[in-house]
Amino acid sequence: MNSVILRVGTRYLAGLLLVFSFYMMLRGHNEPGGGFIGGLTGATGFVLYAIACGTQDARAALRVMPQTLAIWGLGIALAAGLFAALFGDALFTGQWLFIGATETDKGLPLSSVLVFDIGVYLVVFGSILTLVFAMEEEI
Amino acid sequence: MARGLPNDTRSNGLTGVVPVLFAGALFVYFASLVPTIAAAEVIRVTIPWIPSLGIELAFLVDGLSLTFSLLISGIGTLVLLYSNTYLAGHPQYARFALFLTAFTVSMLGLVLADDLILLFVFWELTTLTSYMLIGFSHETEKSRRNALQALFVTGAGGLAFLAGLILLAAASGTTSISGIIAQGGALKEHAMYLPILILLLAGTFTKSAQVPFHFWLPNAMAAPTPVSAFLHSATMVKAGVYVMARMHPAMSGTDVWLWTLTILGAVTAVFASLLALRQTDLKQALAYTTLMALGTLTLFLGQESGYAMTAFATFLIVHSLYKASLFLVVGCIDLSTGTRETDQLGGLGRLMPITATAAALAALSMAGFPPFLGFIGKELKYAGAIAVASEPLFVAGAALLSNALMFAVAGVVAFRPFWQGSVPSTQSPREAPWQMWAGPIILASLGAIFGIYPDLLQVALINPTVISLTGEVGEAKELKLWAGVNIPLFLSIATFVLGLLFYWRHVQLRAMLERSFQSIPNLDYGWDSFLDGLKSFAKWQSRIVQNGKLSSYLFSTFLTIAAGILLTLVYTGMPKIAVDLSDVEWKHTSIALLTIAGAILALVTNSRIAGIAALGVVGIGIALIFIVYSAPDVAITQLLVETLVVVLVAVVMLRLPSLPKTEFRLNHALLSIAVGASVSLILIAVVSSPLDLHLTDYFEATSWPEAYGRNIVNVILVDFRALDTFGEIAVVVIAALSAYALLRTTRKGDQK
Repeated sequence: MNSVILRVGTRYLAGLLLVFSFYMMLRGHNEPGGGFIGGLTGATGFVLYAIACGTQDARAALRVMPQTLAIWGLGIALAAGLFAALFGDALFTGQWLFIGATETDKGLPLSSVLVFDIGVYLVVFGSILTLVFAMEEEI
Repeated sequence: MARGLPNDTRSNGLTGVVPVLFAGALFVYFASLVPTIAAAEVIRVTIPWIPSLGIELAFLVDGLSLTFSLLISGIGTLVLLYSNTYLAGHPQYARFALFLTAFTVSMLGLVLADDLILLFVFWELTTLTSYMLIGFSHETEKSRRNALQALFVTGAGGLAFLAGLILLAAASGTTSISGIIAQGGALKEHAMYLPILILLLAGTFTKSAQVPFHFWLPNAMAAPTPVSAFLHSATMVKAGVYVMARMHPAMSGTDVWLWTLTILGAVTAVFASLLALRQTDLKQALAYTTLMALGTLTLFLGQESGYAMTAFATFLIVHSLYKASLFLVVGCIDLSTGTRETDQLGGLGRLMPITATAAALAALSMAGFPPFLGFIGKELKYAGAIAVASEPLFVAGAALLSNALMFAVAGVVAFRPFWQGSVPSTQSPREAPWQMWAGPIILASLGAIFGIYPDLLQVALINPTVISLTGEVGEAKELKLWAGVNIPLFLSIATFVLGLLFYWRHVQLRAMLERSFQSIPNLDYGWDSFLDGLKSFAKWQSRIVQNGKLSSYLFSTFLTIAAGILLTLVYTGMPKIAVDLSDVEWKHTSIALLTIAGAILALVTNSRIAGIAALGVVGIGIALIFIVYSAPDVAITQLLVETLVVVLVAVVMLRLPSLPKTEFRLNHALLSIAVGASVSLILIAVVSSPLDLHLTDYFEATSWPEAYGRNIVNVILVDFRALDTFGEIAVVVIAALSAYALLRTTRKGDQK
């Protein structure tokens, strides 16, 4: 599709969508969002980019192969699940660390659950882009 | 075929030596257990495996399993040593050694397992590893076919076996084999006894190649000779016999058990010995005598007397010793002369004296001459046959006939090639290297040593084995060379006379057998047409089901969904449709109207892009419903997925030819109404019954305190049900990669 307005607009929109997708993923544990929604949002940005500027540019902007991202995501999710074994818990038991926690405040929560969600994000993001890019290029 | 004896320059290096040492170490370990077992003790090692199902990694060493373990590891060591020379310098020797060692370990696991599930795992492992070994010469068509045949026959038996084991576990309430045996005769009274027996025997009979499943075993001789020596004499085919022996205390003694085993065992024994005499290929002849041995062992397991059990244990050991050694001898002959045809062999005795000695020792044991262990085995066989309460004449007759034929075959295999005729001028045979004659000599000598000193064997292995078989101490009969003038002795003499007669006339007999066996149906002849039929059936039904048209796939999928739901509703009774429309607000009505409009547009339009957009409208309508009923997570996901689906479908659809100008797709309309109506009905049915809020309450209560999250949907996804999510994302990755691979292989312009 050759439209200057769309191309220029997409450059900003794709970036914004990517940032927004991180935000959606990170807030997911307490507000609507999460890795799945985040991954879909992020992928939408790049799909738009691919439609506007072509898959060549979209791939260049992504820098890594989308399928690599998907596989890494699966690996990260698995690692997050196996992490529980270090503490003698059952597979996929969430492990939490509250940085700077006081009596009243939980501080900054870090968890293997978040790592798992990042894995989900990457899987969804990578898989959708794998499909869309391949379809755009091969059909 | 004729590769000649290996030179000393070719070597397999470490891959040749390490497996021998490994198997040897196993043998030494098992040998060190002999004193404990001889004292009528058992060793049981248990590691929890699946505690929730009561399944354990349980191993039991008793007389029976120790006898088998010693045979497996001992013969395994010698066979590995032999193979290292036999296949010296073979480019795939590492693979061969791996398969053979893996097989040895699986076989050991099979005989040591004390848990039904564990037993089955090892059972299947032996099937798989033996498939690899039979098909080792994979470049020949015959070898691939025969390996596949062995896999199918034993694999199909394995399925029946699994069903039998599950029934057995359900009937006795435990998967522990010693637990089942400890229940005594309870199993025989159980209502499921007959199905269990039939299924287990289907497994063991296919594995041990009993008539009518015998055809795969001679075909399996496509394997390299050391494999035949190991798998098809001493071990794998005896796995079936082992399982029957293991279950003997719990299942024997009924009429079905007695008659099935006795008749099929006897038929196999006689039939196989006749077939053995018919063969001109030494290896094939030995293969059929193995069948005879398996038949005989099965025959004895049908009985219960101490004589029969002692005969079983003795013959098991005798047979493994002489058969492995003869197979290895045939391998030496084959390598040295390049042929295994009896007609082309002769006068090898002078040129290969050590091999000839081994062959003679083994054959004398096989023919049952004193003072070899084979003689004692044969005497016990007759004693066991006479002790059979039901049909002593039938059993003794079968034993006599098969033994006499065995005598003749022993002559054909081990006497004729060495001591009759002369070496054809085309051959230049020489003695095999020590690694190759060591095995046969050791195994054959053991047959002589145990024959002269039967007490060694009696105390170490026979007594404990008989205890395992009968469950009682003191049932074992004494092994002795001279048991006095009795019926077994007369039968032995009759065997020699008859055997000599058979050997003397074996060429004429062979021709006669050749004629008569042509009229007997053999499953092997039908095998290929059976497989071809199966394949063309598969092709036919794939053409119908997988016709390559996406719309027909979707049509049948949704038709199935609608039919399934409607049938369920009819079966369970239609819900009362008492829908109260009074509190429906305008926003609900408008969303519904929007969705319906989208659906109708999708149905009537002839433009693909309009159709996609119409479907998008339906999807967004559904997302709106989620928003109205406050499920933001689901709504966001639905919206995003809907957006991406429209993009994806548009990418594909726009490149397809435009839709045919049909007026109205009536069948699609009817189907969509059916799916919509059935789903609506089921939803009404679900809503009309009080909703079980058990899970909702649980998640609401625990989400924050236990998982530190307020968004329940997300907490379920990443914490409570993280394993499910992991499975789902794995599916997503696999689907994306497969689609990617498919798209990459279908280049532009290749499509129809």
